[in-house]
Amino acid sequence: MYIYDDYDQQIVDARVAQFRDQTRRYLAGELTDEEFRPLRLQNGLYIQRHAPMLRVAIPYGELHSRQIRVLAEIARKYDRDYAHFTTRQNIQYNWPALENVPQILADLATVQMHAVQTSGNCIRNTTSDQFAGVAHDEILDPRPWCEIIRQWSTFHPEFAHLPRKFKIAVNGAKEDRSAILVHDIGVNVVRNAAGEVGFEVYVGGGLGRTPIIGALIKPFLPKEHLLSYFDAVLRVYNRYGRRDNKYKARIKILVKAMTPEAFAAKVEEEWAFLKDGPQTLTQAEIDRVAAFFVDPAYETLTGDDASFLAAKASNPAFARWVERNVFGHKKAGYACVTLSLKARGIAPGDASDKQLDDVADLADKFSFSEVRVSHDQNLILPYVKQSELFAVWEEAKRIGFATPNVGLLTDVICCPGGDFCSLANAKSIPIALAIEERFDNLDYLHDLGEIELNMSGCMNACGHHHIGNIGILGVDKNGSEWYQVSLGGRQGESASIGKVVGPSFAQDDMPDVIEKIIGVFVENRHDDERFIEVFDRIGMDPFKAKVYPGKAVAKEAV
Amino acid sequence: MARIIRDRQIVDDNTLTLRLNEDGSFADVPAEGAVLVPLKQFVAQKGALQVRGNVGVWFAPDDEPEDLGADAQALAVIGVEFPAFTDGRGFSIGRLLRERYGYTGELRAFGDVFKDTINYLYRCGFNAFAVREDKDIVEAAKGLDDFPEFYQSSVQQPQPLFRRRA
Repeated sequence: MYIYDDYDQQIVDARVAQFRDQTRRYLAGELTDEEFRPLRLQNGLYIQRHAPMLRVAIPYGELHSRQIRVLAEIARKYDRDYAHFTTRQNIQYNWPALENVPQILADLATVQMHAVQTSGNCIRNTTSDQFAGVAHDEILDPRPWCEIIRQWSTFHPEFAHLPRKFKIAVNGAKEDRSAILVHDIGVNVVRNAAGEVGFEVYVGGGLGRTPIIGALIKPFLPKEHLLSYFDAVLRVYNRYGRRDNKYKARIKILVKAMTPEAFAAKVEEEWAFLKDGPQTLTQAEIDRVAAFFVDPAYETLTGDDASFLAAKASNPAFARWVERNVFGHKKAGYACVTLSLKARGIAPGDASDKQLDDVADLADKFSFSEVRVSHDQNLILPYVKQSELFAVWEEAKRIGFATPNVGLLTDVICCPGGDFCSLANAKSIPIALAIEERFDNLDYLHDLGEIELNMSGCMNACGHHHIGNIGILGVDKNGSEWYQVSLGGRQGESASIGKVVGPSFAQDDMPDVIEKIIGVFVENRHDDERFIEVFDRIGMDPFKAKVYPGKAVAKEAV
Repeated sequence: MARIIRDRQIVDDNTLTLRLNEDGSFADVPAEGAVLVPLKQFVAQKGALQVRGNVGVWFAPDDEPEDLGADAQALAVIGVEFPAFTDGRGFSIGRLLRERYGYTGELRAFGDVFKDTINYLYRCGFNAFAVREDKDIVEAAKGLDDFPEFYQSSVQQPQPLFRRRA
């Protein structure tokens, strides 16, 4: 993984000092609430329902065990002994005191971490594939490009106050696990017919109030032009994106209003001035950064480890965990393990300080000290030997991170919702927990196969409800909390937005509604069809008929 | 007399910033004294204003540097207004004037300008700052040095860090 040199460290240290000074001036009354707000947001600090919330950046989801230990220590020292992993591969603390935040940032800086641009109307943390560098289906490693983008976007002087937030995702594998089509800029790292590395660039995807799939505006951008082209895209957005209405301020609205073709032409016009300028990447820099993302010291193994196969054959519970939570590795004899943070009774994505320390120990012992965070809010050990999978499983069970439900109905993606977030219309965690409780039978859960259930407490769509096979959105109806259900959404290269089933449901009805939807799926399923395949085949109507029998649910506008 | 930061010094300044009248008509330009006129008025009255001399131009966030173009090069001062510091369009205006239209005179930020915005402004080519009157101008000037290093190409340092890393 990337290691800071003196330059990187100086920049992060300077930010800590700057934020310390800003906090001091705010507490002394020298900065007003309105002035401090954008400044603290650019450091990941929200004022939430109960207390401030601090969002810490985990660039493209990569963590070292010593960083995890500091994250655990921060949870103990400044928070209530836990933290929450987000859908953008970051981590959040829900209960820090404002006065302590500068010191938390200083603690983070000791392990090359920060909260820079984790919120606010600026370029946010770049996200990527949680299996980058190890995936069996990887074409090119996206991480060097993520790091190059991280550096370019950090304190970019021109794009510190954009019309709205700006999210970039990079994918380098056959299967897009980074949801690049629903980002402000989505990038596929590709090789052209001549074997040269470059990028497919999509813009204007996004969820929120107006979900849109990104448009391809540059089919092949040669690698050295990545940053000058991004400068051109961002400059067009900075100058012409709407600033009069925050719900129409994302780049997707500008791209849609101009049409992707006209937007692309405007970018080309701007880029003509910037292309081949000083931001043009040098091969030396590409090589310097790529050198941080080389393979660890793998042993030469044959694969199909005998002890692993024997354990799988004799232990059905282990076999089930392997089936769901172990992902194919590019290196023979190795595997990627997903630690599920979706245990029954625990808010999706939450981890205690003790669990974090235990994960750090696991990483040291079994995975070259490295851990990844997925946008599904799970943790990954990327370099586990097959022969040690059984031991990892035993340890993960002890920690509480071995629920064999990755990709299944109870692997819910979920925002913090109304329990914590002041933007939310409705709670999301209790619904997730109720659904997890209802579908507690593991055999049944496995029989149902892959179903993505995503839930957001409001239109901002932090829980990515639009691209869940089943999406749940919290809505406010005369001050009470209701839930709108959509079906048919999906992520990946064929990403699409789900359709709303109909009027929303009361909180208490939600487990029944989900059970009815699952019932329709099971009744209509052929063989091992996945939920989304059945939905595509039979359409919305059978689901509608089941969840709205007669006139049990009153109509209302949402 | 107002004070501004110019080239890292705090100096007196009596430039008058003229605004269009409420009905949209052009402002009366006094016979003497330094003035900044709105871009639209400058474009319309360019000849007369150039004869008068001691004239600069100022940009609102939605004004286009393209409308001034190479005429920028003959001016001694250009202002860019930041009605709210969270409106970042002026950053792009600054860079375009410096990097595309070859402007080398004084580039002044005014409006919602204070310590926490000044570093980005400086890097986008601004060398003068009319700090908000209710803010401490001495404290604000310290914002110029908030960071010892930067990753990107900027007006201040066109070479990005990756071309300079030792």
